[in-house]
Amino acid sequence: MNDLFGKLDIRAFQHDAIENSVGVVIALTSLIIIGFVTYHGRWKWLWKEWITSLDPKRIGVMYLIVVLLMLFKGVMDAVMMRAQLAMAVGDTAGFLGAAHFQQVFSAHGTTMIFFVGMGAIFATMNFVVPLQIGARDVAFPFLNSLSFWLFAVSAALVNVSMFVGEFSATGWLAYPPLSGIEYSPGVGVDYWIWVLQISGVSSLLSGINFLVTILKMRAPGMTLMRMPIFIWSIFGALVLIVVAFPILTATLALLALDRVLGMHFFTSAAGGNPMMYINLIWAWGHPEVYILVLPAFGIFSEIVSTFSQKKLFGYTSMVWALMIITFLSFVVWLHHFFTMGAGANVNAFFGIMTVLIAVPTGVKVFNWLFTMRQGKIHLSTPMLWFLAFIFIFSTGGMTGVLLSIPPADFQLHNSLFLIAHFHSMVIGGVLFGIFAGLSYWFPKFTGFKLDERLGRYAFWCWFIGFLLAFMPLYALGLMGATRRLDHYEVHAWQPLYMIAAAGVPFIIVGIILQNLQILVGYKNRKTDSAIMGDSWNGRTLEWSTSSPPPPYNFAIIPHVGERDPFWAVKEGNEKPEHRKYEDIMMPRNTSFGFWIAGFAFLIGFAIIWHIWWFGLLCLATLLTLVIIRTWGGMDEEVITAEEVKNIEEKGFNRWQQS
Amino acid sequence: MAAELAEHAHPEHDREVFERTIFGFWMYLMSDCVLFGTLFATYAVLQDSLAGGPSGKELFNLPYALLETLILLTSSFTSGLAMLSAHKKNLLRTILYFAITFILGASFLTLEINEFSHMVQEGNSWQRSAFLSSYFTLVSTHGLHITVGLLWMTVMMAQVLVRGFLPETLKRLTCLCLFWHFLDIVWIFIFTFVYLMGVT
Repeated sequence: MNDLFGKLDIRAFQHDAIENSVGVVIALTSLIIIGFVTYHGRWKWLWKEWITSLDPKRIGVMYLIVVLLMLFKGVMDAVMMRAQLAMAVGDTAGFLGAAHFQQVFSAHGTTMIFFVGMGAIFATMNFVVPLQIGARDVAFPFLNSLSFWLFAVSAALVNVSMFVGEFSATGWLAYPPLSGIEYSPGVGVDYWIWVLQISGVSSLLSGINFLVTILKMRAPGMTLMRMPIFIWSIFGALVLIVVAFPILTATLALLALDRVLGMHFFTSAAGGNPMMYINLIWAWGHPEVYILVLPAFGIFSEIVSTFSQKKLFGYTSMVWALMIITFLSFVVWLHHFFTMGAGANVNAFFGIMTVLIAVPTGVKVFNWLFTMRQGKIHLSTPMLWFLAFIFIFSTGGMTGVLLSIPPADFQLHNSLFLIAHFHSMVIGGVLFGIFAGLSYWFPKFTGFKLDERLGRYAFWCWFIGFLLAFMPLYALGLMGATRRLDHYEVHAWQPLYMIAAAGVPFIIVGIILQNLQILVGYKNRKTDSAIMGDSWNGRTLEWSTSSPPPPYNFAIIPHVGERDPFWAVKEGNEKPEHRKYEDIMMPRNTSFGFWIAGFAFLIGFAIIWHIWWFGLLCLATLLTLVIIRTWGGMDEEVITAEEVKNIEEKGFNRWQQS
Repeated sequence: MAAELAEHAHPEHDREVFERTIFGFWMYLMSDCVLFGTLFATYAVLQDSLAGGPSGKELFNLPYALLETLILLTSSFTSGLAMLSAHKKNLLRTILYFAITFILGASFLTLEINEFSHMVQEGNSWQRSAFLSSYFTLVSTHGLHITVGLLWMTVMMAQVLVRGFLPETLKRLTCLCLFWHFLDIVWIFIFTFVYLMGVT
């Protein structure tokens, strides 16, 4: 029996009350969803229209759904941490044990970075990139579907760890020797490794896919310097993905080899070098931060220009700033561990490189502000997120410069000051950028706008909640509170911890309002003008097609003669295209992505629990599926000129209903 | 069949897909290059961490590694010949040259496994020291790529035999050959940095 199930036995299913209640909630929610879909008889529709879909716009929606679910999980982790720390002082132990608390903060970081941040970036890419460059699809539609499903199953694997076994308790980057087999003998770290391996492969495949899309599939006339700035920002992020993610894959593989085969890369014994892990993981980890934030820069650039009704100030300098940041992000990784003892000269080099990043970033901030100058500014929700971003990102950036000075870093390293800094960047920068982009592009993909009034309320809840939750952490950090504490003895810290906890309800109300925004917007969809396509008097190509766009995006591929091509058409500088429709070839839906990813999930699970026979069986099945898929040849279907004409005249929505 | 007919009706579309795929495959190869770069870097850091175990000088057999190198280089040459024949749509030669490439690749793999098993039998496994961990990982990652390449080659030979030279098939053969040449280049670096420099 032992061999049959590897390390898996009945104890893996035994958990404490809190974990069990989480499990029950997840199980109930899943049952409700399954019941709902069955009741409405929508399984076939779900399978044919969504699960097997190769349309980037639909894949984008599916990314977004996973992101929202994982955001919920990540926020719940945060709620537990803030609640614990608001009470666990002196003799009070709080409601979470130390072991559980460690799992919670590890899961929080992993979830937020890999599944909320990365997922939202890929969702936005899928929505916007083909439309903005005037393409009908991505370069490799099937690969795109596979990427999504790999992403989805790795998210599922995180959640499985709550039912079967445990999650990593070693922080979101799992430093050895703590994460080695000697000090973490359980399956938690293995879950972490294989979740990241699967989602890492997904990111790499998407990275290559979209890079080729941007470089090879732009509409005729769209030279590099005519690309929308969002595409440039995505381009920077994609270069980082393709160069940095293989380092993560290799590093995690080495850690896994240490744990499973008893190798000595990062062990303390037999010549292993734990510090090498820290170097390697940050050689990926620092670019990763920029993979998240560069697209946010791009989103804000689009928004500030559209809502000021002006062309972007300093386009060329913006492009150069993006590219310089892309490059610099590879030569600053050591600032994450100045205290490791690399020596004064090395620390000085990396400190200076880090300070240098503030220069192109400053260029961007000033470009945004100058874009607003003398513009007709519309303070809609996307613009509110932008203004909050400028404030939080600038203060967070300045504390970042402070941290980049090695002597100061020696004091602040691993303190809550650092936590406050990077949450300013990741929430104020990345997350607010995603929210802004969501309310900006939402009408494009659904045909209705998010409710504006609720959007403002949601914004204010988030903004106030953020300030309450994270500003006290700067002070706490300076007072000496370190990160990852589940309990502390200094009573003077408690009021600040309580203020931080008070920020959480605001954020939760903000999230609820955001969900209501979608519902109310849907209810009012008939009265909205978004269906016409151009919701905000936009400048770029995505606004020139209907909302939601037809599967082929553009009936006629546009010719681009200027930087803001749609604006040029509206200004009368360029004539709209002459309409003569032709047959369009689109890839046919396939379920291979779903199945291949499903077996990748099983392989991951089998390795985590050392069920080797099952893992090999699944690997063989996966390879067979890949071979069968390559055997099929190009699987495309034709949308005839007649159908295209029909869709274009009726609008895609009404055409679908008729 | 309908899909195949559609393909021939759109040569322009085929050409675009071909260019895109080759370009994307190059991107993949470059990312794989970073992966090997990471393994080379760890090897460079750990090569002196012997923990009392043997060094490369005591373990490596240079003529043996040279033999492996020559076999792999020859296989790269024959895969090139196979590709030329495929472009001329010469079925017999394509299969013949790929078969030779396959046999050479399989021999390389056999030699490598043999080398590994000798080391393990003498008590110098990957658990012995950090140096040996990094050695086994670097070299066997290359070996794993070769294995995947051999599997891929088998599938492609079958595809050529069954379906002939469709634009699809030529596209995949081109990727396969790029992959094979790439592995050759990685091996040159392994031969130089691990074996040649390890022995001196």
